[in-house]
Amino acid sequence: MNALAAKRRHPATLAVVLFLGLLVTGGVYTLFAPKTAGATAVAAETVDAGHKLFLANCATCHGVNAQGTKDGPSLIGVGAAGVDFQVSSGRMPMLSPNVQAPRTEPIKYSEEEVAAMAGYVASLAPGPAIPGEKYTNGSIGDAAKGGEIYRVNCAMCHNYAGSGGALTRGKYAPSLTASDVTGQRIYEAMLTGPQSMPVFNDMNVSPQEKADVIAFIDHLQTQPSEGGMNLGNMGPVPEGLFVWIFGLGSLILCAVWLGQKAA
Amino acid sequence: MNDNGHLVPAPDAAVAPVSGDDRFQDPGLPPHVHRLADTDPRAAKRAERQVVALFALSAIATILFLVFYFAIDPESTVFVPFMGAVKAMNLALGVTSAACLFFIGIGAVHWAKTLMPDAEVAEERHELRSSDADRAKAVGLLQDGAQSAQLDRRPMLKVAAGGALSLFALPFVVQIVGSLGKKQPKGVIDELKSTIWDIPKTGPNANKAIRLVRDPVLTPIKAEEVTIGSVFHVLPETIKESEHVLEDKGKAAVLMMRLNPTDLKVQKAKDWGYEGIVAYSKICTHVGCPVGLYEQVTHHLLCPCHQSTFDITNDCEVIFGPAKRPLPQLKITVDDEGYLVAPQGFTEAVGPSFWSRS
Amino acid sequence: MTSTASSKTAANLRTTDQVAAGRPVAPSGPIGGVASWVDERTGLAKGGTFLMKKVFPDHWSFMLGEIAMYSMIICLLSGTFLTFWFIPSGGLVHYNGSFLPLQGIEMSEAYRSTLDISFDIRGGLLIRQIHHWAALVFVVAIVVHMMRVFFTGAFRKPREINWVIGCVLSMLALIEGFAGYSLPDDLLSGTGLRAAEGFMESVPILGSYVSYLAFGGPFPGEAIIPRLFIAHVLLIPALLVGLFTAHIILVMVHKHTQYPGPGRTNNNVVGFPLMPVYTAKAGGFFFIVFGLVTAFSALVTINPIWAYGPYDPSPVTAGSQPDWYMGFADGALRLLPGFLEFDLFNKTWSFNVMIGAVLLIPIVYGVAGAYPFFEKWVTGDNREHHLLDRPRNAPVRTAIGAAATAAYLVLFFAAGNDIMAIKLNLSINDITNLMRVLFFVLPVVVFWSTKRICLALQHRDRDKVLHGRESGYNYMTPDGAFHGVHEPLDELERWTLVQHETLLPSELGTGVDAHGVANPSKPSPRRARWSRFYFKDTLPAPTPAQLEQAAKDAHHGHGDVPAIDRSHSTH
Repeated sequence: MNALAAKRRHPATLAVVLFLGLLVTGGVYTLFAPKTAGATAVAAETVDAGHKLFLANCATCHGVNAQGTKDGPSLIGVGAAGVDFQVSSGRMPMLSPNVQAPRTEPIKYSEEEVAAMAGYVASLAPGPAIPGEKYTNGSIGDAAKGGEIYRVNCAMCHNYAGSGGALTRGKYAPSLTASDVTGQRIYEAMLTGPQSMPVFNDMNVSPQEKADVIAFIDHLQTQPSEGGMNLGNMGPVPEGLFVWIFGLGSLILCAVWLGQKAA
Repeated sequence: MNDNGHLVPAPDAAVAPVSGDDRFQDPGLPPHVHRLADTDPRAAKRAERQVVALFALSAIATILFLVFYFAIDPESTVFVPFMGAVKAMNLALGVTSAACLFFIGIGAVHWAKTLMPDAEVAEERHELRSSDADRAKAVGLLQDGAQSAQLDRRPMLKVAAGGALSLFALPFVVQIVGSLGKKQPKGVIDELKSTIWDIPKTGPNANKAIRLVRDPVLTPIKAEEVTIGSVFHVLPETIKESEHVLEDKGKAAVLMMRLNPTDLKVQKAKDWGYEGIVAYSKICTHVGCPVGLYEQVTHHLLCPCHQSTFDITNDCEVIFGPAKRPLPQLKITVDDEGYLVAPQGFTEAVGPSFWSRS
Repeated sequence: MTSTASSKTAANLRTTDQVAAGRPVAPSGPIGGVASWVDERTGLAKGGTFLMKKVFPDHWSFMLGEIAMYSMIICLLSGTFLTFWFIPSGGLVHYNGSFLPLQGIEMSEAYRSTLDISFDIRGGLLIRQIHHWAALVFVVAIVVHMMRVFFTGAFRKPREINWVIGCVLSMLALIEGFAGYSLPDDLLSGTGLRAAEGFMESVPILGSYVSYLAFGGPFPGEAIIPRLFIAHVLLIPALLVGLFTAHIILVMVHKHTQYPGPGRTNNNVVGFPLMPVYTAKAGGFFFIVFGLVTAFSALVTINPIWAYGPYDPSPVTAGSQPDWYMGFADGALRLLPGFLEFDLFNKTWSFNVMIGAVLLIPIVYGVAGAYPFFEKWVTGDNREHHLLDRPRNAPVRTAIGAAATAAYLVLFFAAGNDIMAIKLNLSINDITNLMRVLFFVLPVVVFWSTKRICLALQHRDRDKVLHGRESGYNYMTPDGAFHGVHEPLDELERWTLVQHETLLPSELGTGVDAHGVANPSKPSPRRARWSRFYFKDTLPAPTPAQLEQAAKDAHHGHGDVPAIDRSHSTH
């Protein structure tokens, strides 16, 4: 027996092996654990890296094999587009159980990490792919046509100006006017039908039509407010509130001043 | 009302006794307090200057309005804090005209408050009731007039005049009411119960199932394009030849969704669908708004007007809100090219309830 | 009456002025010349002096009706401009104006002309916004004015007719507004018209025919826009102008009411004369209202129809509400449950729609319009009333008004249940169910608490009269107790708190009331019950004897109270 073999049988061997095992596991975890946006990313763009991220961040609710549990639906078939949408908008992972996962900022992952997770889920089963720039940057879209499609398919939930709307039991369709509602995320949302939103696949709303819708939403995000403050673009309700509070208030102030005796 | 024309309690009013000496007496108008401008000529001059300045501000605002009207490009926008980018023309014209009006008002009121007399004046009231003499005169004139017109002696005059007068408005009413609507009464109910999904029995399209097309682009839909979780806003292909597009859309708009067939709990709903694809009228059975909101996970349809909620898994039964009847289902199948078609129209009237609906 | 005129010209002679017998007064200056010319042809001098001498009391709450009147005038002026450019046609055209996101889209002529006003006519958007903001202010002012009139009892004799006219004006204002915002035929207001068609269909027997009559056939048709246009620019404004002229004439005939105070009795009206003070103040206030409405129109967008899109029966927007004044009816429709619709004898009875959409407005205005007559029946009070009630002195009337307001507000906020849900992160289902309960519970709670608050305020007034106002000074008696020093009210302050008369419940059928006063008309048991409901908690006004007694008690209870001497006080 050589010296190494003798050391292997040292009584402290077990303790040392365990310690080393912990170091390795802890080290790998540290390397691959969620970082703040500013931290340097070390993960490689591989399905494997994505798998590890998935296990660390998603498997608790979505199952070790993404098959789904009572806390989260199956992710088999949601495709890279689904993961890219949910994770890059900060909706996933959900911090706590709720009727709906809200958009959050800042997100915990770098672009490469998101891509890795998307790649892993996409590898599980065929699903919608991340759309190309051509359709998502809105440049080839016709905002007028997009408006027509938007009003038939989207305005009933998201409101005529994209200010968002209520669904049942506390769910809601979020507002679309923030600048981080990018063309890519709009496309992916239509494609994958996140949460309560239905699926608007490319056979229902073609890629060109989606580009039209993106151009229209772009207009909603950048349009000037033609007549003054737009009070949130929620229709007659804020207008009524304004007239009762500021309208009547200012008129009554003037009436009171009118009736007061001068100094 | 006593002789002085002053008001006293009527005998049948339930009023607490006013035993004259045990109530406080009215102390009369408070003593007049002079304003600065009344006593101090410098204050009066100052007030005058202020009023003049306010009117001058209004005039300046008017001039600015005229300048902006011609000088500003109607397309230009300007960024204002708290308001964002707004149309410059609206802001400029609005602010200047508002100032022009407002300062006239403030100037006039300030003038009244500081320089016009502010001693309170009391004007006496008089009872509204005419004196008994005046009343008697009026009644007398009326009675004399009726008598001299021989109304009391010749009652037929009254009856005939009354009859003619009570009828004279009828032609106007009948003319207006008769010309406002277009259809015979029976036609109205029949038309309310029909939609352009009904398969015609005669003509070039007789007995042909109607293809479903997408709203608003009007292209036909293949069954495999409808994936689980999808919602399609659908119209009949015949809308393309319609001469009354909006009127037909108002009854023919349909919503089509694909669910897992095991989620559909009612057999008839499954049979009238195609492999989990089901089509329902989009016109709410409450007051007719489009029921556009499809919640993909719960399979509920929500109407945004009054929040009626329909459960697709249960044949669109109402589960919340003021609607009563479920949305009517449209039976669909596929044709030999794989496009979705409706082999029959709706079997009940779509949209809001009406008296003769059944 | 003080006069600021220094020269006596024909224009400012008063009828009581002495004029040298037989000699006509020579006109002086250009105004005198014109006035003389007119007077020789119309005899207006007498009527003119009558009007110019009229006295109006000064209180800000009396300006609320003026706000309504001025807003209506602003609507007439801005509306006239809009009629030069608006095309009231439902015919379909394609858009070719400067607003790019609607380029080439098919829409009605009405919608396209409204877009042209907003984008392609200088100042057009401003005028449209002035028109719509003024319309909202109009109805706000009407509602607040009605509430002022109600809570101060200004609807009592002789003003019952004016109250009824006012209720009709208020209802017409609602309909006028609805017709007006439906004219541009945009998605939001068109959805409202669709709902209106559903309302008509819910009427038993006639409903479907009424709907075909109104729309000239199936919905939407091309007749509704031109018909709404005529209703909105001709028929209803004619009724509004006619009725509000009658309303103002009655105010002039009755003279304005006034708040109680020293020198103000039921037989006079204290204030300022029309010439010059009220001309300046009321005229100036018109410009103030116009200026403020224009300011809103410069700074805040209203009814952005270009964003809603043209009307089509297929799309709809989240957050579909009518303008605020129709909110209570919309809220009622959201709260009414579906089981109120049923089939009987093969006919459909849609009470879930009928109650909120067809019956609610007539019932609300009917009840409001009838209230003065109901209150008169309860009190049996047939006298003229020109002094207003302080609301606390009529606790049950005030409580009824507050409870009605609470019920109205529940319905009003129910119309915004989806906006509340998304802004406050709540569930619309929970909000709706809560409001269904609140509609019945809240008015009862509000009635009771308002009545209690009024009675408490009456007690506080009584306290102030009998014991004076708390001055904030304290003193210590030799035995170590602290007492607050109360400053007695002077007789001017005191008068407002003691001038009100107290009404007692009328007795049941004995022919004589509790104080032995003969009561020839015996009240029916029902009327007696209502009378008790209104007046059983009456707190009579303090009397001089009670004040004396209170002063005596104060001396006995607190020993020598250092009196507050006003002439030496530092405040």
